[in-house]
Amino acid sequence: MKLAGPEAAGIHARAAVPAAAGRAGVGVSVEVHDVTVAYGRKPVLWDVDLVLPEGRLVAIVGPNGAGKSTLLKAILGLVPLASGRVTIFGEPLRRVRREIGYVPQRETVDWDFPIDALGVVLMGRYGRLGWIRRPGRADREAARECLRQVGMEDFAGRQISQLSGGQQQRVFLARALAQDARLYFMDEPFAGVDAATETAIVEVLRRMREAGRTVVAVHHDLQTVPEYFDHVVLLNMRLVASGPVEATFTRENLQRAYGGRLTLLDEAAEAIRRGGGGA
Amino acid sequence: MDDLVRLLTLRDANTRVVLLGATLLGIAAALVGTFAVLRKRSLMGDAVAHAALPGIACAYFVAGRSFVALLVGALVFGVLSAAFVSLVKATTRIKEDAAIALAIGGFFGLGVVLSRIAQNQPGGNRAGLDTFIYGKAASMVSADARLILAAAVVLALATALLHKEFKLLCFDRDFAATQGWPTLGLDLLLMGLVCVCTVVGLPAVGVVLMVALLIIPAAAARFWTDRLGPMLALAAGFGGASGMLGVALSAVVPAPASTLSRGWPTGPLIVLVAAGIFVASMIGAPRRGLVADLVRRVRLRRRVALQNLLRDAFERGEETGDPARPWTPRDLRRPVRGETLRRAVARGLARPGTAGFVLTPEGQAAAARVIRAHRLWELFLIEQAAIAPDHVDRDADEIEHVLPASVIAALEARLAAVDRDGPRETPIVPPSPHAPGATP
Repeated sequence: MKLAGPEAAGIHARAAVPAAAGRAGVGVSVEVHDVTVAYGRKPVLWDVDLVLPEGRLVAIVGPNGAGKSTLLKAILGLVPLASGRVTIFGEPLRRVRREIGYVPQRETVDWDFPIDALGVVLMGRYGRLGWIRRPGRADREAARECLRQVGMEDFAGRQISQLSGGQQQRVFLARALAQDARLYFMDEPFAGVDAATETAIVEVLRRMREAGRTVVAVHHDLQTVPEYFDHVVLLNMRLVASGPVEATFTRENLQRAYGGRLTLLDEAAEAIRRGGGGA
Repeated sequence: MDDLVRLLTLRDANTRVVLLGATLLGIAAALVGTFAVLRKRSLMGDAVAHAALPGIACAYFVAGRSFVALLVGALVFGVLSAAFVSLVKATTRIKEDAAIALAIGGFFGLGVVLSRIAQNQPGGNRAGLDTFIYGKAASMVSADARLILAAAVVLALATALLHKEFKLLCFDRDFAATQGWPTLGLDLLLMGLVCVCTVVGLPAVGVVLMVALLIIPAAAARFWTDRLGPMLALAAGFGGASGMLGVALSAVVPAPASTLSRGWPTGPLIVLVAAGIFVASMIGAPRRGLVADLVRRVRLRRRVALQNLLRDAFERGEETGDPARPWTPRDLRRPVRGETLRRAVARGLARPGTAGFVLTPEGQAAAARVIRAHRLWELFLIEQAAIAPDHVDRDADEIEHVLPASVIAALEARLAAVDRDGPRETPIVPPSPHAPGATP
């Protein structure tokens, strides 16, 4: 199944644009220069420098409180930067908003809101509609297609509180699909979902990658990192490591990111052994 | 009676003005209020309304009683109160609810003091600033009604044109921000609309009750629908009806002269009507209302009682291998209520015989279905959820009443061995009941 949208055909051309990634054939999606973020007087991110490739699935991992979500929000301009700057596709954020899709954490919204699943997905089209114009038949059709891609077409008219957690997450994913973006940011897309939803999300992520899209996801399950992602960013207030999974997702780097948390380390070691470093 | 006719035919110009003004105010406040409620800014709306009072008093000092000046004053103080709340929340350990309570009380106190000063100024008596506290809808003049009409048109237009934007803001502000929408601006605009509504509504219902007109219709409408469009329409209808009925009541119902020398207070009556609509919605709305909820629960309880009766009667017969073995209510494992027994008989599931009641073939089939669901679930718990056999009966109890057909089919597929192998070693897994027509 192909991602909907007229731009789908042009994506490979865009992905091939040479850039300063230092790796032949891979463009740059996000560049984070020396970013520091603080909530009040408490710093959450320190001097983060980061270059993310285009057309890859990128996982941001790290212990609780490592600033994973904050990094995402800093890139998206949702939290103010104490210092540093962020460019996306070589441009400042405000120039490329239309090319960015976002899947927030599920708990951040009120699921009792008077809206059905299709209504939520339609919100993905609001950006291109601009002020005042209401979504029309074409938007509705596109939104339905996005629901179909996550296996939720039968729930289009369901009020969103009547959906299971996994179904809600899939609706959020469908809304991101409706944005038809070039670069997606997802905050814990796999948190608390059922097995069927996890499979559906992985499927969508792979299709996104095939279409040359980039996905940057905060991820909490170390075991599945080698299986689901190409590139990994290890974070613990400072950047610990960033690079292709096979080279970067190592025991040493994990130890540096997670400190002395042995249970997590064992889990990670197990994951590395099973993943064999191949992604 | 004469009053009623005069009111309904709108012959009285004054009543017409008041009626129209109150209705429009109710509609406008409900439209804006719906978004305020969905943005979880109900209490902020109250703070903004209370802060309008000192704003109006200040504006009166500066510019006299011009509407634009009063509006600007109210807006400035509304923003001040919101900023105050944000500041307290961000810089101290005081939480938002306490900060809002502080703002409500503080700004209201300031407003009362300032308006008293304004009133004691030369010509200040005509300012009528005191009426802003409780409102005085009955004294509405046609200029006020025109103002409300203009404001209502503006508010209705704003909420209609920016429907999509406000919806997105209320549902998912961060997502809106990533799409490039000016979320702070939209929030300020929404608060500004609340301010406009408050300022035009103050002469009618006053600072204290304004928030009720904003919030109550929206809260009532939420009981009737799961969609924003209908919710807005319903809220507007409820708000308009409250305004109209409140004025009508105060005009028609004769006030007891001894206790209410000045007639019924119209503003509070409007709010009371709105509150009445809310309570009626809370109780009577289909699906979300209390009555609907109660009906659902009673129905479920009855079904459970009936199915338990059938199950116990059938299992008693199972002991002797005679599904039609007669029984009396006292023979059964669980107490049986007479009403449950009467329903079983009325539905042809059981009938009185010579030695007690017996299950009819339909009753046996229904009982077999329930027991089958129960035992399948027990088996599932033992085999696949690793729950100790002596715990499963209680765990499985009750669930057979609510297992949907799809789950039963899945259980059967998963536990296919049950039917083939017949009884296992565990005593609570007797053969699946295969009475005629037992499996659905």
